[in-house]
Amino acid sequence: MSTDIKIKKGLNIKLKGGANHQISKANRSKTFAINPPVFHGIQPKLSVKIGDKVKVGDAVFYAKRNEQIKFTSPVSGEIREIVRGAKRKILSIQILADESDTFVDFGARNPGNLAAPQVKELLLESGCWPMIRQRPYDVIANPSHSPKSIFISAYATAPLASSFKVTLQGRLKEFQAGIDALAKLTEGNVHLSIGADDSFLEGIKGVVIHKVSGKHPAGNVGVQISKVDPVNIGERVWLVDPQDVASIGGLFLTGKYNPTKIIALAGSQVEEPQYYKVIQGTQIKDLVNGRLKAGKNRIISGNPLTGFKVTQNDPIGFYHDVISVLPEGDHYSFFGWMPFIGNHKFSMSRTFLSWLTPNKEYDLDTNLNGEERAFVITGEMEQVFPMDIYPMQLLKAIVVEDIEKMENLGIYEVAPEDFALIDFISSSKIEAQQIVREGLDLMIKEVG
Amino acid sequence: MNFLRKQLDKIKPHFDKGGKFEKYAPAFNGIDTFLFVPNHTTKHGAHIRDGIDLKRVMITVVIALLPALIFGMWNIGYQNMGDGKEFLDYFIFGAIRFLPMVIVSYGVGLGIEFAYAIFRGHDVNEGYLVTGLLIPMIMPIDLPLWMLAVSVVFAVIIGKEAFGGTGMNILNPALVARAFALFSYAPYMSGNTVWVADSVADGVSGETILGSLAANQVPTQWSVVDMFMGYIPGSVGETSVFMILIGAAILLFTGIGSWRIMLSTVIGGSLMAFIFNLIGSSTNELFNFPWWQHLLVGGFAFGVVFMATDPVSAAQTTTGKWIYGFMIGIMAILVRVVNPTLPEGMMMAILFMNVFAPTIDHYVIEGNIKRRKKRLQKVKA
Repeated sequence: MSTDIKIKKGLNIKLKGGANHQISKANRSKTFAINPPVFHGIQPKLSVKIGDKVKVGDAVFYAKRNEQIKFTSPVSGEIREIVRGAKRKILSIQILADESDTFVDFGARNPGNLAAPQVKELLLESGCWPMIRQRPYDVIANPSHSPKSIFISAYATAPLASSFKVTLQGRLKEFQAGIDALAKLTEGNVHLSIGADDSFLEGIKGVVIHKVSGKHPAGNVGVQISKVDPVNIGERVWLVDPQDVASIGGLFLTGKYNPTKIIALAGSQVEEPQYYKVIQGTQIKDLVNGRLKAGKNRIISGNPLTGFKVTQNDPIGFYHDVISVLPEGDHYSFFGWMPFIGNHKFSMSRTFLSWLTPNKEYDLDTNLNGEERAFVITGEMEQVFPMDIYPMQLLKAIVVEDIEKMENLGIYEVAPEDFALIDFISSSKIEAQQIVREGLDLMIKEVG
Repeated sequence: MNFLRKQLDKIKPHFDKGGKFEKYAPAFNGIDTFLFVPNHTTKHGAHIRDGIDLKRVMITVVIALLPALIFGMWNIGYQNMGDGKEFLDYFIFGAIRFLPMVIVSYGVGLGIEFAYAIFRGHDVNEGYLVTGLLIPMIMPIDLPLWMLAVSVVFAVIIGKEAFGGTGMNILNPALVARAFALFSYAPYMSGNTVWVADSVADGVSGETILGSLAANQVPTQWSVVDMFMGYIPGSVGETSVFMILIGAAILLFTGIGSWRIMLSTVIGGSLMAFIFNLIGSSTNELFNFPWWQHLLVGGFAFGVVFMATDPVSAAQTTTGKWIYGFMIGIMAILVRVVNPTLPEGMMMAILFMNVFAPTIDHYVIEGNIKRRKKRLQKVKA
């Protein structure tokens, strides 16, 4: 049943500032924040108002179109501020934290003895549900669906990505409980992919284990789905991050919503890159203060390929397990397009001398290294896109909003993150991830 | 450099939105970004980007063209002045005749590109850096400059800008220029005789090898080594297979040229020529010309490496590239051997397959769509 997944296409980007395998406890923030826009496609409806007291696990807001999906507070404290933007869109909910946390008790239960509706109810009530996302569309799963399978990728290949060996350290019992709970939600299999050389998750039961090897994006769950159980029109596949599986397991074992996670603070602008134990909603400044090198920095919640640009006041992204800090690249370079000069930039092509040093770690900045152009070079996208999909043709179909063609070319199988390397390598500087996100949103609107 | 940057930054506001010369911003940006890779940073998507951009790609192709270009200029002198002169004499003789063509080609072509960019309000695209050098390299050296200029105008406006500029064109613009010149100024362009004709020296005839063969004479004055090294008459770029191979090596090593197209074109051409060898003919010497020598003469090698691989006009899918290249090889030799009016078929073959490339891609992609539908049916069943 289990298959080895070997990915040949792709590109590993080696960056300076990978995190040391050492975990420290981050200082507890005074204020925590939840930014609803992080949950793509969710229209938030508040269930609290300023001044309300909340406990860990109390709902803060819910999805307007699907009221069952609740988003709960990661700390106990008082709602201090609700930041709104244009058209009164809720941008951020800020919570003034108590000294120590009090928890809502959802009741510890053995997931093995529960039926699917009970598991669902507990996940929805506790605020764990948003951890479950779906293909197609790369949005939070709809609880009224039943997925054909559930995928968990515990193989990280993205640059600066956290090592699951570190982030799951000592949480295997919870992880197993999480798997047991998730298994109730599908009639198909729960698939767990691990690195070909990793053995720390081999003892997990109730899953189909796949050994994955290859360059990035081999670790992308979408790539693994396409090799094992591709998404067809009308089908749903769910996916959960490994740390979130452990959090779900923790909920069933203890009856409490567990908002702690291990994240890496990494990148060439970090003084001593390493891991930190944090609580969801911790503000970036509380994590990075005094730990960054001087200079103009870009702080990214997530890895440098798929993460979001954040400010010091933003919280750590709900789905992210790494905060990357890179130098800003707002500089000019004289005749910087001259081929065969310079070893400081990384390229998939061999138009730099960097191919001479394949193991070098690069200190890449955020310069675009050129300007956006029409599609000219062909074949480069295919080199980093290991699915049976024509990426350039799909992108073109999305740009012209040809829904039938998008469907035919496989839009249901992809997520923006699968196109991250295309963003990176594109010599025309095509914003592929953004195009795909817009395409998926169009499909949600038109097809649903 | 800092001084230059400061000067540019000083004038830049005039070209920004609301500035005095706002309309001419594309022209200013064209020059500015030529001198300096801009300070643009990533806004969305991947925060880090590959060092490559279109400028770098195009300049790499130009570098790959240089060996053939430099040899070509020398060869002009060699073919015209006969044996016994210094290297530099040949080279200067060639340069005096060839460089004006390059200047006219770039001047006219880039002029139109800048005008279009200002008129349409988009950035100046880098595509012409390569096209502008390819055009003089595939034209006869004695083509009057005004004819070259008119060909360039036609190629850039009808061949490219009419479709929306670089990246949108259906045909290879450089070959459009040559095709235009061929049909408009046929006496200069037939390909039978080339530029050495007016100054015959040392018994070097003005006819190209293919021209002789088409006239049913077997040329004997050139050895295979001559053909490979390029000591034969022909357009500037096309004669030296050796220099073209150096260019090919650069393109393949850097990963910019498609090895699939190059390989499949050579396979297609060899196969077709081999078939003609097997058939043989007493009335057409081209049937009997050894198949592997077909690859060494005329514009075949140059077309394979620099023309067929143009990513915009070629097939875009991997499978499509194999079919596209193979068909170019077949068609090129077919036109060469069987067509009585054109001694060289490479240009026609590539233009012909340019037209068919979207069709090839269409069927390749249909295959992918069918696979996806089949998978769905299997699940439903």
